[in-house]
Amino acid sequence: MTRFEAFLDTFFNASVMQRYLPDIIEGFFITCGIAILVVLAGLALGLALAVLRSYRIRLVNILIVVFVDLLRALPPLVLILILYFGLPNLGLTLSGFVVLWLVLTLVLAAFAEEIFWAGILSVDQGQWAAARSTGLGFFQALAYVILPQAIRLTIAPLTNRTIAITKNTALGMVIGVGELLNQATTAQSFAGNATPLMMATVAYLILFVPVVYLGRWIETRFAWRRA
Amino acid sequence: MAPVMSISGLRLSYGATEVLSGIDLDVAEGEATFVIGPSGSGKSSLLRCCNRLEEPGAGHIQFEGQDILASGIDLNQIRRRIGMVFQSFNLYPHMTALGNVRLALRHVLKLPRDKADALAKTQLDRVGLSEHMSQYPAQLSGGQQQRVAIARALALEPRIMLFDEPTSALDPELVGEVLGVLSELKRDGMTMIVVSHEMRFAQNAADKVVFMSDGQIVEEGPPAQIFDAPQAQRTRDFVAQAAL
Repeated sequence: MTRFEAFLDTFFNASVMQRYLPDIIEGFFITCGIAILVVLAGLALGLALAVLRSYRIRLVNILIVVFVDLLRALPPLVLILILYFGLPNLGLTLSGFVVLWLVLTLVLAAFAEEIFWAGILSVDQGQWAAARSTGLGFFQALAYVILPQAIRLTIAPLTNRTIAITKNTALGMVIGVGELLNQATTAQSFAGNATPLMMATVAYLILFVPVVYLGRWIETRFAWRRA
Repeated sequence: MAPVMSISGLRLSYGATEVLSGIDLDVAEGEATFVIGPSGSGKSSLLRCCNRLEEPGAGHIQFEGQDILASGIDLNQIRRRIGMVFQSFNLYPHMTALGNVRLALRHVLKLPRDKADALAKTQLDRVGLSEHMSQYPAQLSGGQQQRVAIARALALEPRIMLFDEPTSALDPELVGEVLGVLSELKRDGMTMIVVSHEMRFAQNAADKVVFMSDGQIVEEGPPAQIFDAPQAQRTRDFVAQAAL
């Protein structure tokens, strides 16, 4: 066997591919499912926290800042292990899927809150003054005037952060979630061949490259017309 | 006739700095009151107290039978009766001209969409911009933007209009179109307070000119008095300098 043949045999083995394709596909859909749930819940919670913070209630804001700083500082894996292996001792057993979803959602929410908040602050004060001067209430001004501008400003960092955190679905393998990487490593050890890992790599690209382009598209689509 | 707005004993501080040191001013129905004075004299702060964009530390502002500085009043209800136009236009950049005018009609007056649209178009027509209603602020000139901003304020049919240096951010060749709208408003009998550096316009359009310095009203009177025969030394100095 030439070196090239050995390379193909190790990483792109057709019979291994065939055998483990169903597992990889299953993992792909589980990863997709968690990713979608994390993105929806994480961004929604992040936005809600940023909106809450804009009311500038001292105690509430302290709590938000503590929550955000903690979740941004801790490695998600630590939180996953604590919740998955620690909580059952308190009589609360969450499935690996729920733990993974919860932790990634909270981490994404923390980062998203900071990004949304920075966006809200960077909208010109004159926009508040104009909106309030016409009799719009605080929440109305926020919802109709400030947030649409703030969110446009935050699309790029938000997309980056969302992708970075959603990729952490791979951490599910340490707590037995049947997501993509878990399926791939299991298949790899059964087959004694790295091909399933390459399949997972391709599957990750199929999942995330469109998200990158989606982010770029949203950015251009929502940039309001400039002269 | 009772004044539309009556300000008394108005004080405003930013921390230890007193910006307004006891302002008393009556604004009569249908009159254009121009506030002039050096920068930092408190003109804009005074205007922003009139709809409580700034919170004064003390004083009263009587408007439509209530003190708008009192606690527990419905501020949004009052603000929709007081139109404001800003130096930097402050149009909503993500909305068309029509969208800018329509927003408060929809969400403050709670008009149905077709009514709000019709009313917004009428107002844009009034400032000569009906052809530009589907354009975004960035596609409009400064003068057009400011006229949209005026239409946005007028749409709520305010009892009084506050103009905060409405032409200061404009290129000189665009000042005229905005002043033209102000003249028309005045002719229509709109009550207004105008903070402006346009001395010649003030001279022609004002019913009353208020000269402010260091957070106080130094002198007020008809334009003929303030510009041609000022009583106070500080007014004389300012008017002489502004004429240069």
